Amino acid sequence: MLAFLVQRLFQAVLVMLAVAVIAFALFNYVGDPISSMVGQDTSVADRERLRQELGLDDSFIVQFARFVGRAARGNFGLSYQQARPVGQIILEKMPATLELSFVAATLALIIGVPMGIYTGLHRDTWLSQLLLAVSLVGVSLPTFLIGILLILVFAVMLGWLPSFGRGSVVHFGWWSSGLVTLDGWRAIIMPAVTLSLFQMTLIMRLVRAEMFEVLRTDYIKFARARGLTNRTVNFGHALKNTLVPVITIAGLQLGSIIAFAIITETVFQWPGMGLMFIQAVSFADIPVMAAYLVLVGFFFVVINLVVDLLYHAVDPRLRLDRERVGVG
Amino acid sequence: MTKRLGWVWRCAASAMVFIAALGVTVEAKTFRWANDGDPTTMDPHARADLFVTTFDMNMYEALLRRDRELKLKPALATEWSNIDPTTWRFKLRQGVKFHDGTPFTADDVIFSVRRATAPGSDLAGQLAVVKEVKKVDDSTVDFITDGPAPILPNYLVGIAIMSKAWCEAHDTTSAAMLKDEESYATRNANGTGPFMLKDRQPAVRTVLVKNPNWWGLKDQPIDVDEVVFTRIENAATRVAALLSGELDMVYNVPPQDIERIKTTRGMKIWETPELRTIFLGMDQSRDELLESNVKGKNPFKDKRVRQAFYQAIDEDAIKTKVMRGFARPTALMVGPGINGFDPTLDKRYPYDPVGAKKLIAEAGYPDGFQVGFDCPNDRYVNDEAICQAVVAMLARIGVKVNLLAQTKAKYFAKINAPGYQTSFYLLGWTPTPLDTLHMLSNLTQTRSKDFRDGAWNEGGYSNPSVDQLIKQIQVDLDSEKRNELISKALSIVKEDFAYIPLHQQIVVWATRDNVDLAPMGNNDFQLRYVKLN
Repeated sequence: MLAFLVQRLFQAVLVMLAVAVIAFALFNYVGDPISSMVGQDTSVADRERLRQELGLDDSFIVQFARFVGRAARGNFGLSYQQARPVGQIILEKMPATLELSFVAATLALIIGVPMGIYTGLHRDTWLSQLLLAVSLVGVSLPTFLIGILLILVFAVMLGWLPSFGRGSVVHFGWWSSGLVTLDGWRAIIMPAVTLSLFQMTLIMRLVRAEMFEVLRTDYIKFARARGLTNRTVNFGHALKNTLVPVITIAGLQLGSIIAFAIITETVFQWPGMGLMFIQAVSFADIPVMAAYLVLVGFFFVVINLVVDLLYHAVDPRLRLDRERVGVG
Repeated sequence: MTKRLGWVWRCAASAMVFIAALGVTVEAKTFRWANDGDPTTMDPHARADLFVTTFDMNMYEALLRRDRELKLKPALATEWSNIDPTTWRFKLRQGVKFHDGTPFTADDVIFSVRRATAPGSDLAGQLAVVKEVKKVDDSTVDFITDGPAPILPNYLVGIAIMSKAWCEAHDTTSAAMLKDEESYATRNANGTGPFMLKDRQPAVRTVLVKNPNWWGLKDQPIDVDEVVFTRIENAATRVAALLSGELDMVYNVPPQDIERIKTTRGMKIWETPELRTIFLGMDQSRDELLESNVKGKNPFKDKRVRQAFYQAIDEDAIKTKVMRGFARPTALMVGPGINGFDPTLDKRYPYDPVGAKKLIAEAGYPDGFQVGFDCPNDRYVNDEAICQAVVAMLARIGVKVNLLAQTKAKYFAKINAPGYQTSFYLLGWTPTPLDTLHMLSNLTQTRSKDFRDGAWNEGGYSNPSVDQLIKQIQVDLDSEKRNELISKALSIVKEDFAYIPLHQQIVVWATRDNVDLAPMGNNDFQLRYVKLN
């Protein structure tokens, strides 16, 4: 087990290095941060001095090596836009994104899985048909459109929910939480629903398809022949066996929820890392972009690791395999 | 006995404080507004960004300020005059205190000018003419300039005065970006202005409160007690938040949303002609254009080609179709409100595609030619759409324009000094001191090798008589004669077709209808004018 973890950590470092290289190669195309940083009356000489101070006139390799060297010590430099340490900015923004992603993923699971089970068991009822039709709309509408529509209905027309921001937050050390205030919950509803809609439909359709598959298998027929209740068969035997692919997809989707929170965060002005990234791109704020991309790479690696560990919990065969290997 | 009475007194006193506090919270007027940008730093010297300066100058003050009509008014200086051609003398206001209670003195002025002109400050370019600042006595300072400097006071409007003691105590005597840590002044402020910083969450929310000890209160009461600024980038969300009542005001409103707000009850639209001029420039210096199919010569060196481009563009159509009416077509490179603007010259050459076709044929291009065109897509109102309209209009006289519209960080890197990698481009210009000289010396003066003159003259326009006039305007202290010289220079630039001026944008702000404020053409937003009825 320990060897497995060490191997995965090593992979994580490789993935993050690869992300950093690609990111740095792309920074050549985001434009010149100097022109964002100075005003119209700044002389050419002063611009060049600033460029030198920031090391922007160094070659790609020098800039990259400096970034990796400093990042290894946990130092991501100063944001060009805010003149503040990038690490600190990310720590401020991370709770917002993680809370939003967590609530969205939970919504997707607790709504998506039951809907999947229902449509899997009762495939021809009108409710199943309705759920499927609605879910089709969910996948096909772009996120920002859904977000804007929600704002129009619930903020502008009905005035029930705030159209932007995170509401009031409470600080626990460096972590700021909006989940302990009523205000915060009101603010998170629309962004979380917007962000979860796609995953929700995905999970629902996946569970439904898996249920079809499993319900046709022999051991289900045997279970029914043994006279087990519908409940035991459906949930104890069928559902459990659909969960391996669902965990994989849900896990990987959590990564994309965090990464694709960008659009939702922009629509709702949710002060998280996605919004921070968009602001950095328009300013050509290279230190912030680099740190964000590497961090997202890290999240993906960690989530994959957790997913792998969950397999073992759900699927006894994998546990046996590893034990056998371990003994041998 | 006395002890017990003391206790009673204390109780009564604290109850009264409590009631007073209650009264304040009931009456407190909060003004909530949003913009797509953020005042990225509270340090007024760090960045010469229009919005940063606009925001920070509600907390900080300069020696002079502008009122709602953009007239120069005393602020921390009460009077100023030229005691000799190269010395400006400023009398300082007495009894002013910074937010932390330290008194404002001549030393703070000297310190602040030094901080604003030292490396790391982005304002140094504006004060390049200042040689030295001298303290005459505690309430008088002299600015010694390198030659006569008629518009120095205009520049000083943007130079915030910081407290020397405060900066020294917090180790922020330079505005430079530090190596790995944040400068104290980035998220803290201590000015003399009408508002004080209460809470700063970068890129999210900034809260200001009224300064109860502001020196100006006796002449101008301030109506709002608290100002909450939120950054909302997405235009649709920003407008939605106004319509839903979560905001009292949105700063720039995109033209496509104006109708929607106008037709909503309880909302108000504020239109102000902006001082920025949007124009097209052409490379007139290279012997062969960088991006063109014409080889061995540069068509833009021929005035007839420049005129043909000018008259082939239908600015009225741009105004009505692209800008939805929110533009003021202009014949000059400066608009009304800028010192030196001459209304008698402000008549555009007519839109005349047939004449333009003839002119370009006379110049030797009967079938037109191809040329690259640089345009930002996130800098000015509908910038890319304007450029697309220009492409279509020039196609009618046979010129094939290859548009490259990109984000401002890439666009400016391409067209700016030292490379000037452009043949044809769209740019906007607001003279920082609101004086035509600034436009003339940046856009029309012959480029110097050290990029000091004509720094933004991307097209390399050069006319010795304009250069001569600029030299005179720079040092002329007699404003009437100076304005005549400016008019002369403006008319030469116009007749040379050095640029194709298009329009001044109209700034549009939207508020709830209980809000009263002072919209200003330079995009300045002074919170002291805000009233909530």
